[in-house]
Amino acid sequence: MKFWTLLRANLGRHKRRTFLTITSVALALFLFASLRSVITTIGAAAQFGSARRLVTTNSTGFILPLPVAYANRLEAVPGMEKVTWANWFGGQYGDGKRFFATFAVDAKSYLDIYPEMSVPADQKEAFLRDKGGALIGARLVDLFGWKVGQNVTLRGTIFPGDWIFTIRGVYTPTDPSINDDALMFHYDYLDERTGHKGNVGWYILEIDKPDNAAQIAKTIDDQFKSSPYPTKTGTEQAFNASFATMWGNIGLLMNTIGLAVVFAILLVTANAMMMSARERTRELAVLKTIGYSDRLLFGLVLAEAGLITITGAILGLGAAKLLYRATNFNAAGFLPGFDVSWATIATGGVIAMVLMLASGIVPAMQAARLPVVAALRNVE
Amino acid sequence: MKIPISYNLRSMRARPVSTALTALGIALVVAVFIGMLALANGFASALVKTGSADNVLVLRKGADNEMSSSLDREASSILASVPQAARGDDGHALVSAESYVVIPLGRIEDTTGMANVVLRGVDAEAWKVRSNVKLTQGRLPASGQNELCLGAKLVGRFPNTAVGQSMTFAGRPWEVVCHFTAGGSAFESEMWGGSEQVMPALRRDNFQSVTLRLADPGAFEEVKRSLEADKRFTVDVHKESVFYAQQSQLLGNILRILAVLITSIMAVGAIFGAVNTMYAAVSSRMPEIAVLLTLGFKPRSVLASFLIESALIAFIGGVVGCLIALPLNGLVTSTTNWATFSEIAFAFRITPVLLLAGLVFAVVMGMLGGFFPARRASKVPVIQALR
Repeated sequence: MKFWTLLRANLGRHKRRTFLTITSVALALFLFASLRSVITTIGAAAQFGSARRLVTTNSTGFILPLPVAYANRLEAVPGMEKVTWANWFGGQYGDGKRFFATFAVDAKSYLDIYPEMSVPADQKEAFLRDKGGALIGARLVDLFGWKVGQNVTLRGTIFPGDWIFTIRGVYTPTDPSINDDALMFHYDYLDERTGHKGNVGWYILEIDKPDNAAQIAKTIDDQFKSSPYPTKTGTEQAFNASFATMWGNIGLLMNTIGLAVVFAILLVTANAMMMSARERTRELAVLKTIGYSDRLLFGLVLAEAGLITITGAILGLGAAKLLYRATNFNAAGFLPGFDVSWATIATGGVIAMVLMLASGIVPAMQAARLPVVAALRNVE
Repeated sequence: MKIPISYNLRSMRARPVSTALTALGIALVVAVFIGMLALANGFASALVKTGSADNVLVLRKGADNEMSSSLDREASSILASVPQAARGDDGHALVSAESYVVIPLGRIEDTTGMANVVLRGVDAEAWKVRSNVKLTQGRLPASGQNELCLGAKLVGRFPNTAVGQSMTFAGRPWEVVCHFTAGGSAFESEMWGGSEQVMPALRRDNFQSVTLRLADPGAFEEVKRSLEADKRFTVDVHKESVFYAQQSQLLGNILRILAVLITSIMAVGAIFGAVNTMYAAVSSRMPEIAVLLTLGFKPRSVLASFLIESALIAFIGGVVGCLIALPLNGLVTSTTNWATFSEIAFAFRITPVLLLAGLVFAVVMGMLGGFFPARRASKVPVIQALR
């Protein structure tokens, strides 16, 4: 540990430079972690889905409806355990600036099939009993200050007019990939008010064994193939993944920017390290004369670079991890469950190591190879 | 008296590595800055160009986009006889009732991914109402046939999009008979087919929107008032240009905010780099600065000289950054218009103003980074430094 004092003294000599360099590294890794987390969050959403759940949509396009009468026929498919359905409602609240998902669902079966949505028992019962009731995600409580028992008015964009719902319950998702800012209400209420058309957006099915998924999906799609409303059935995960691909090239974009950020900071750090080493040429020569080996000097200069990048990494990555968690960030509902994963932090750590090597290796080698006599010539 | 710029140029050349590293750091920030704003620009301009100030878009009341709207045939026939509508060469009113639905199509480059592509059911008037729509290849779809005309940005990105090929969806084949451009607008990401074929195929009875061209654009307010007061239907009347500009607002703003956030954090790092470089430059040139001061140059001139040097390094970085970003111009990328879940393809758009902004940004970074070191240089204690 005797070199610790030397390292600290060296870093402390140019306090401002050390501070600026560490801050640059911290900022770079904070940005890196943020950008990377956008990708991992979208990826996690694409992976989400119980292996036992299937989704059936209209094969021509998921925005086209299916008849509600399919429910009975789906229940009769061998291997089927539970069937529920939902409709996209597209309601707006207030000025409509904050988007949130609104669904009409067959409430009882929906909550049955999604145990990941946890609702207090009394609220659940109250919601199931009240046809004009709504179940809201916990985030909407924070966002709009809504309370259980309160009436809220939504403006229908697809189903025109004002829709008044009484909030009967608040759900908390136990899986971070489930949106915590959706509003759900009874399908029957929607169907009644829109003239009993019997249109359903999509069906969610629970089957007995994940291994049967392909077989059951095929049975369903074959059954409705020549009907006026042909279906497309796939696993819930495939359904979610298809939404994730709609982000387009966002992954590439985030990676490119992340790379540019890291590279830019590499330049800053490398520059600072080279400046430090250059200024210290004489000192290094003195150290050599008093018996420091080439290898030790190499290690000392590299350790100095490492101390800077690792301190920066801890600050930047730690800030990213804590900040997004503390602010419950979800990009206005676009990225539910946004979190800086430990894998991202580990990658950030590796980047810090690479930064250390890339910025420290040239000055460290120069220090090790320093010709003592030539360098000492300048000593006053 | 001013210190000549050639002094700064020589100093920069004397320390090539640290000058280059600092400039390159700034270059990367400028490149990301320009690249991200070019993305936001491209997206916004694709949607903004979609709407024409001469056109009126009629949707069902409360619908915030075409997909959630619905107008029945009675409404569309009433709208077809709006007296203020312009008339085409054949004497028909330029009023186009359209259906709008998104169809999932597999992509070419990523076979696992699906994109929702807009299928617009149109009749003959649609091609005349949109003045920027031009056929590049083929002929218009014939009435009564399952034929499609494809926007230019779909071609080559989805399978079977060449003229003469056939696409299959909604349970039937559709022959591609033409391609069209629409001035880079969102229409170029759409498929257009005859509404009398499209609507039965998708089991739709209602249109989604009616677009009409005004004979006199000044009549918009009058048309809006009379249609919205009409008791026979409940509609919202939008100026088409305003409507599409609003559609681009959410994602356009997100992209812009993201661009500013990311680049300002990067900029702080780059400024710190410049600060480090300039401080090192100042401290290694103490004797030189002392000589300048002894020769009679004012501390103010020394300050200006070092600021100029820092700005010069940053400017070089800015130019390099522009060069790095420039190849992005025109590159087509796609994202989803979350309002309708439809895919929209657009090109990165780098404008001269954007390049200039990048250069100004670079110089500002350089000046900010150079200020404190330059002030230190101007306050060098002469005697001590000369010793």
